[in-house]
Amino acid sequence: MAQKAIREYDGKTLFSKQWENYFSGFHYGFKSVLVKSGAELLAKAEEHGFEWLKQEPLVAKPDMLFGKRGKNDLVLFKTNKPGDVTLADAAKWIDEKISHTTTLLTGQHGTLSHFIVEPFTPHSQEQEYYISATCVGEDDVLYMSAEGGMEVEEGWDEKVNEVVVPIDMSDVDMEHAIKANIPADIPAENRVVFESFAIAFFKFYRDMNFAYLEINPIVMLDNNEMAILDLVARLDDTAGFLMKDVWGDIEYPTAFGMEDQSPEEKAIADADSKSGASLKLTILNPMGRVWTMVAGGGASVVYADTIADFAEANGGSIADLANYGEYSGGPTTSETKFYADTIIDLMTRHKDPKGLDKIMIIGGAIANFTDVAKTFTGIIQSFEENAEKMKEHNTKIYVRRGGPNYEKGLKDIKEAADRLGLCIEVYGPETHVTDIVRMALEK
Amino acid sequence: MEKLYTKDTQAIFWNNNKTAIQRMLDYDYTIQRKTPSVAAIVAPTSGNKFEKFFYGPDEVMIPLYKTTTAAKKEHANAEVLLNFASFRTAYDVTMEAIELGGFSSIMVTAEGIPERLARKMNNTARNAGVTVIGPATVGAIAPGAFKIANIGGTIENIVNSKLHRAGSCGLVTRSGGLFNELSNIIAINADGIAEGVAIGGDRFVGSVFIDNMLRMEKNPEVKYMVLLGEVGGTEEYKIIEAIKDGRITKPVIAWCIGTIAKHFSTGVQFGHAGASANADAETAAAKNKAMAEAGIYVPASFNDLPATINKVYSDMLAKGIISEIPEPKMSLVPKVRRSKQFICTISDDRGEECTYAGFPISSVATPDTGKGIGDVISLLWFKKQYPQWATEFIETVIKTVADHGPAVSGAHNAKVTARAGKSVVESLVTGLLTIGPRFGGAIDGAAKYFKYADDNDLDPKAFLKYMKGEGVPIPGIGHRIKSLKNPDLRVTGLMNYAAEHFPSTPLLDYAKSVEALTTSKKENLILNVDGTIGILMVDMWRALGYSESEINEFIESGTLNAFFIVGRSIGFIGHVLDEKRLAMPMYRHPMDDILYDVQEAEKL
Repeated sequence: MAQKAIREYDGKTLFSKQWENYFSGFHYGFKSVLVKSGAELLAKAEEHGFEWLKQEPLVAKPDMLFGKRGKNDLVLFKTNKPGDVTLADAAKWIDEKISHTTTLLTGQHGTLSHFIVEPFTPHSQEQEYYISATCVGEDDVLYMSAEGGMEVEEGWDEKVNEVVVPIDMSDVDMEHAIKANIPADIPAENRVVFESFAIAFFKFYRDMNFAYLEINPIVMLDNNEMAILDLVARLDDTAGFLMKDVWGDIEYPTAFGMEDQSPEEKAIADADSKSGASLKLTILNPMGRVWTMVAGGGASVVYADTIADFAEANGGSIADLANYGEYSGGPTTSETKFYADTIIDLMTRHKDPKGLDKIMIIGGAIANFTDVAKTFTGIIQSFEENAEKMKEHNTKIYVRRGGPNYEKGLKDIKEAADRLGLCIEVYGPETHVTDIVRMALEK
Repeated sequence: MEKLYTKDTQAIFWNNNKTAIQRMLDYDYTIQRKTPSVAAIVAPTSGNKFEKFFYGPDEVMIPLYKTTTAAKKEHANAEVLLNFASFRTAYDVTMEAIELGGFSSIMVTAEGIPERLARKMNNTARNAGVTVIGPATVGAIAPGAFKIANIGGTIENIVNSKLHRAGSCGLVTRSGGLFNELSNIIAINADGIAEGVAIGGDRFVGSVFIDNMLRMEKNPEVKYMVLLGEVGGTEEYKIIEAIKDGRITKPVIAWCIGTIAKHFSTGVQFGHAGASANADAETAAAKNKAMAEAGIYVPASFNDLPATINKVYSDMLAKGIISEIPEPKMSLVPKVRRSKQFICTISDDRGEECTYAGFPISSVATPDTGKGIGDVISLLWFKKQYPQWATEFIETVIKTVADHGPAVSGAHNAKVTARAGKSVVESLVTGLLTIGPRFGGAIDGAAKYFKYADDNDLDPKAFLKYMKGEGVPIPGIGHRIKSLKNPDLRVTGLMNYAAEHFPSTPLLDYAKSVEALTTSKKENLILNVDGTIGILMVDMWRALGYSESEINEFIESGTLNAFFIVGRSIGFIGHVLDEKRLAMPMYRHPMDDILYDVQEAEKL
């Protein structure tokens, strides 16, 4: 939602596409490829325009959103000495990395799958700088340092200059503020060049609707040649409709270590993208015994909070909570049925290891405009198809809902469950919204 | 501003969201507001001029406009804008309204406005002193006074949740769904709310908790406040600061939802776009703890919130800070309502006597009333009481156009039909059907083109050039035999009347300058009677204070032609009766008056 991380490769592509519009006094080679395997890299090297892969020493590293790749020993820049990595070395290294799971220093683990490969850029520590921009509170902030690389984060306060740019600041004032805050330890001969690069960088960050943009390090070589060695970027995806042509078909990968979405989550996300209503599903623990089908974003949070509270207070744990999600914004009967089918299917795949009952929480606050009876019709249809499976897993259903037409909705769902022999308790707005969680878990 | 809305607050609703607007009007009727809370609707793509809504059992019409500017111009008192535009246009709509001025608050419902635009919008509003509610919100409510769109849900829920009259709690939430829930909790455990705002779920919202709570601090109806925060952001700490430095003194009950987030290190987004903890201080647990330490009433869990509210309320009630609220009278919105098929805004036959625009027929009919046919026309056609110079001008026009002999096409048609044995009405309509662009239509055309030229400051030469470009002769100019030397006395009469009685005749003056040019080319190119009538009608309406767009509408809708139709009907009926009286036989046109040129059809 809103802020989405993009690959380093895509960030650099955006730079290169816009380079002349923002950084016309500077030069940027943009020699980068994104590959998933050694074979793909080797194939790429045969394409026109990528001859450099065979001609120059290379650097290879994973491009999967996580940082501190150097510290994680995941940057290939030497075999014996820096700058001696050949195409064959890089391909071999990539193939080795994708062959097993990798655990980062943070504990995140998963299999590496995307790599960025670039020419090795010989340079000195003095040529490295740091620059980034993001939004803090209501303002944009530009960060600049004469020191780039891993060192900048240690001793951040001493090494980094901040420029706060309020949303209504004029370009003249913004440029003035940046010029006045260029780090003192940038050598005098580079100062003017850095100034104009920093101003261009800020405008690029702003106009491209980045939420976060960091180059660390940016290397200033001779003849105004810039090398973007490492880049981290997040876009404000709500600006997508404005930026469609500029961004192109950009990918928002899931964070490394996060299990890829399950087919069920993908199916719900797909239904969500095609609907005017909102359908969200995250599976937290497929073996969990408490499954929720909650209407509304806010309500889904309080249900999750309350389930965690009561599970822990009653001898269970957070692992009891199987899923998080919500449906809202007036979904159609068939959308609701599909959502209920998905939840019930997931819920009835595994027997509870301790032999406990399954709990299905059909919760929601008092709706503003969603027709409760209509959405419940979809749930009832799903009950009708899945009743036997639900009974096999000793499913206890707890319902609480209010809003337009709620009396009918509650009456219908109670009658249907009774008719199908399902165990159900039904409550309306006179019962506190999350009190069904207490009822379900205190037993 | 100590209260966000009062019982007199009126809104302009951007987007014709009929269900939401109907909910507002049902609310207004229930709480017995004097005027509907929606004054106007902006519907950029609608061709309609109004939309019908129920107000209790009856229907009211709410005007539609294409732009906020047009709506605001006609409804200057409506100082709330309810911006229901999509995330694509919501920013532009808000910025236009701020630029326009005169709005004290703007509610923005769209979710997912680009963050940079949202920041710009919120900043511009703040600098202009405009309170923005949202984006990504269901709105706000001042119970018993004003309710935005769908907030509070159905009318049944509103009454159950005591949202129909002011209670003593000030409520702020992020989430719209939980706003209703909290209203319900507060109604069950206390006496309802005095003012409530769902600030919206996006990361950048216009007014935040502190803005709304500082206003509620000043609102005497608010005795205590309930804040429902969320994981993420630091807005709750501003409340703590305000309590510490004494800007907030009323008791505050608060809870931050999203305590679940602590169990999941990354990846899962719990709740809204604005709800994501970037630092320890932004977690729900940290905020709940900090608020409790600052003396805010913080329950042990969300499930315990009702009990906390009940305790604070009961204490204040016992101490006499809050007194029992008498239940006000309410009007009941009928369950079944039927929309009317027809609308009438000119006459009404439901009372003792039928009225013309509010005037009983007897008050305009007889000579002693001093009213003539011009007065009746001004009432039934324009719903206005025109001054005497105008009604007499209308009568002069009608008398002037009543007939022009048997040879003109309309009269001829009427006569031929009458001679075929048809009735008066059949013969009359045959004549009337001839009226159009070529017969009688010059009145419309003259008014349209001369007004266009005058509006666009075309000098006579440029006007002639323009008409040449259009490829039409200038309507209202030219006569078969009359000329400057041999003037049309009907025209002279109309002009003399206007000179003597009209406050001013700018369009006629312009038309005369055109006539001076055309007659210099050919002397019968004078301003004729059709042209003079059309042009003077425009001058009449201008002098009566109609706007140019209203006058254009009269021209477009064929009102000018209508004067000709009424007038000439008198003459047509005369010709028809003449035929009946003379018992003339069926008419057959002489064959020698027809050029026969019939060729054998070609085979294709």
